[in-house]
Amino acid sequence: MVKGEPGGRSLFISKCIVSLPELEMSNSKVLKNKIFLKSINGSAIFVMLLLVGFFLTLLYAAWPALRANGFSFLWGKTWDPVRDNYGMLPFLIGTLITSFLALFISAPFAIGAALFLGEYYPHGTVSNILRNIIELLAAIPSVVYGFWGLFVIVPYVQTFEHKLNIPSSGLGIFSASLVLSIMLIPYSVSLIRQVISMTPIQLKEAAYALGCTRTEVIMKVILPSNLSGISAGFLLSLGRALGETMAVTILIGNSPKLPNSIVSASNTMASLIANEFNEAVGSTYTASLVEIGLLLFIVTTIINLLGRMIIKKVSVKL
Amino acid sequence: MTTVEIAGIKRRRAKDNVFRYIVYVLTFCCVAVSLIILFYIFQKGITCVNWDLFTKLPKPVGESGGGVLNAIVGSLMLVSVAAVIAIPLGISVGIFLADNRGKAKADRVSIAVDVLQGVPSIVVGMVIYVWVVKPLGIFSALSGSVALAIMMLPPIIKNTEETLVLIPNTLKEASLALGASDFRTTMRILLPTGIGGIFSGAMLGIARIAGEVAPLLFTAFGNPYLSFNLFKPVQSIPLIIFNYGTSPYDDWRRIAWGGSVILVGFILILNFIVKFFESRWKVQF
Repeated sequence: MVKGEPGGRSLFISKCIVSLPELEMSNSKVLKNKIFLKSINGSAIFVMLLLVGFFLTLLYAAWPALRANGFSFLWGKTWDPVRDNYGMLPFLIGTLITSFLALFISAPFAIGAALFLGEYYPHGTVSNILRNIIELLAAIPSVVYGFWGLFVIVPYVQTFEHKLNIPSSGLGIFSASLVLSIMLIPYSVSLIRQVISMTPIQLKEAAYALGCTRTEVIMKVILPSNLSGISAGFLLSLGRALGETMAVTILIGNSPKLPNSIVSASNTMASLIANEFNEAVGSTYTASLVEIGLLLFIVTTIINLLGRMIIKKVSVKL
Repeated sequence: MTTVEIAGIKRRRAKDNVFRYIVYVLTFCCVAVSLIILFYIFQKGITCVNWDLFTKLPKPVGESGGGVLNAIVGSLMLVSVAAVIAIPLGISVGIFLADNRGKAKADRVSIAVDVLQGVPSIVVGMVIYVWVVKPLGIFSALSGSVALAIMMLPPIIKNTEETLVLIPNTLKEASLALGASDFRTTMRILLPTGIGGIFSGAMLGIARIAGEVAPLLFTAFGNPYLSFNLFKPVQSIPLIIFNYGTSPYDDWRRIAWGGSVILVGFILILNFIVKFFESRWKVQF
């Protein structure tokens, strides 16, 4: 039909009018849609409430201990549930030594692998296969790492320590850190690789144009310009190390004393909870363990928020 | 013509090569460790996997043989109930985040999801102990599933969001222009288009929780007998690895190795499924 012809237009309009009532949604459809939108919003609010609920629950359950122990809980050196004497310093130290040692052991490997996969060979089949193999490390459950460490790492550590004339069972901070460092590798590698591969190409080209070798480009351009991103990667790995429970529980030797060397048996905050929570009798004992959990929750939350903030900033900049 | 020798170029080149080889060696170490661990687990465990492992209950100390039937049943129960709780919830939060992208409220929720992902699993177990175990007065499979469901949420939410964001707006607008409601548009257009990504999110979530012990210690607790009751304690494979693997009895350790192979094999298969389908089902426009 030719445009502008009266017949054609009216036909079109009349069709529209006829079909309009069908377009309108029935009441039940509108209601369904409303319920749908409400439940979507509700689920999002639920996730936020979940976190608030976590915090409040821990606070509530730890309240008796917070009142009974006071601030000396943080630097008390003895953990003696029989006498209702609770100090968490040994576990705080144990956690910090274990986590940082693991981080230091894994750091060179993580940066090396991240450079390999992010800078030297970012694409290609071989690089893909190697990346997937490293990521498989993240697929192995914590408890299996612990079990494997008990049979493979612990005997080595034990013979090594006997050679140094240190009497030990092989269980202790060092074994736990070694296994923990392996567990951290897939996370730090993938975080740092992403950061490194986002380095602006102009920066690298400028350095090459000035006659830098690849090593110099890496040392003087890529690593310094990504310093904050890389540290965020390590920070997030640290957060994971602090909360890691099962492998550490199996390997650390479960001792409530202040560790006096990196090979001595100890306990981390998480492994202490795993070891004692089910056997805890008495309200202060249980509440003290919950207080440690509360601290763990607060620290990992802060670390995650910080890491997220830094990574956001870095990716906005680029 | 004279070639100009750049000062110290030989030394710098040598340094460059040395650094390159150091990077190669470090990468090789990471790859080797991964392969060695997996190889060791399978080599040690494959001899412990037999028909009895899947069909029998554990025997008491001193008797050889026995299996982990109760743990397999318990693990399946825990994981499937957790999946039933977490998958719809996770998908709907993912839809919310994709819908409200860039708005302040979406930002707040995605911060919460990131923090939730970082909460140590043992803390999740403690909170669920207070929420579910204490009111019911008994360790139960249900409480374990709730704890696992919470741990499963973040990967599902993230994958759903990332998939839905990739779907072009025109597709959604076309559906809305035809008069379909948001509900219909989401159900008939968005979710079917992004099903691959959502599916792999669910698989990753299951892979994440299948090997968890820490949240189960104070919730599912463990049970030496076969139990199908949601309101009773149940055994699970990771728990059996923890309890039997750290025991001094050889028979029990053999069972733990068998359990490790089953568990790691299951998780690896899930990962391969995700990898396999990721490339095929990727939303492409």
